[in-house]
Amino acid sequence: MSKYLVNKFLFTVDRDPELVERYREDPAGTVAWWEQEQANLLLNCIAGEATTWLEFTDEERRALAGHDHVALFEMGAHPFLTLTLWIAMFERDHDEPLAMQLDYAHKLSHMSLPYPDITT
Amino acid sequence: MAKLVAILATTHHPFFYKTSRLAPEEAPPFAAEWVRKVEAYRETLTRARPDVLVMVGSDHFHQLWLDNMPQFLVGKAPFYDANYYNEEREFGLPRLLLKGHEELSSYILREGIDREFDLAFSNELRVDHSITCPIITVRPQNDLPVVPIYTNIFAPPLPRPERFVKLGQTIREIIDAWPSDLRVAVIGTGHLSLELGGPRQFGAHGPDPEFDAKAVEWIANGDIDGCLANVTLDSLHAPGNATHGFMDFMLMMGIAGHRKADYADHLDLFHTMEAYFTWYPDGVEA
Repeated sequence: MSKYLVNKFLFTVDRDPELVERYREDPAGTVAWWEQEQANLLLNCIAGEATTWLEFTDEERRALAGHDHVALFEMGAHPFLTLTLWIAMFERDHDEPLAMQLDYAHKLSHMSLPYPDITT
Repeated sequence: MAKLVAILATTHHPFFYKTSRLAPEEAPPFAAEWVRKVEAYRETLTRARPDVLVMVGSDHFHQLWLDNMPQFLVGKAPFYDANYYNEEREFGLPRLLLKGHEELSSYILREGIDREFDLAFSNELRVDHSITCPIITVRPQNDLPVVPIYTNIFAPPLPRPERFVKLGQTIREIIDAWPSDLRVAVIGTGHLSLELGGPRQFGAHGPDPEFDAKAVEWIANGDIDGCLANVTLDSLHAPGNATHGFMDFMLMMGIAGHRKADYADHLDLFHTMEAYFTWYPDGVEA
């Protein structure tokens, strides 16, 4: 379980307009590229001083590559990061205001308290 | 000594800016009342004639990240750029530049550390909508220097509610002791019940109106003890998964002390309840 790395993916994609579009259009390719090239970059250090050990589990890779926000919620990814990125990628596909957010919530309606732990 | 002239504790709603600028025929039905309430609330700050603003908020994973996450952080910089690409994208918020007040930042850091809060600091902080929403609502001319104070209400493990109250009490002591002739206002923003990214998000009201009603009472009455008796880190999950932002209100209650707010108002909106409180420690005309 590497909740931290899942969050790092959501965080670094959400803050970059080009990556938002790339992840929307090619989720599996973006996740594979990101894990290979970006996952181990320390955000405040030069490239040569990267981390050496971070990787997704198969389940995490599948959830991210499948745009599966329900699976991400169930595994304890930070819900604010997921929601913000999903709004950026998918709100445009809905005509009515908040339709995307309500559909997103509906797909999580089987979840009850306590929600999965988001502590990293 | 400096004079603490006003304490404002409020929700921050990133959609206010966009909503308030819509033409009447495009605006949602609740917009006019919302604008009216915000303008009335703005007056509670204006009449206190502050010289400097201490602003309590919480970064939403913009600059602060899980590789190096402070629990409480004070900005110490001459300027703070504000708002991020994803806030422009989602909320239509403008980019802003706030002036800093380094002398007060330094004083809060030194005194806070000496009073047993090991505060983190930042000399290059870009603040987000937790700070800019109240600028937009209560000081839109953005003409005063600020000291931003960030709290972690977002990335567990979090400090407990008692710690937020205690930090508020400590900030109050520090401002009261600051050797300056300036008039200080503290503005802090948080949330009542709130769900983000979960099944209860974006409902007709906040996810837990009962919690909201109690919370408004605690704040308006300055009922720190009642609030602390009912609120724990664990209990805050129940009203909504982003309700830990209520601890910023508890920090502000710590600053105000055990006394009723001089001004209290709220507005039931879809998704969340808005709330507006002001205390005048030495009376309105002080």
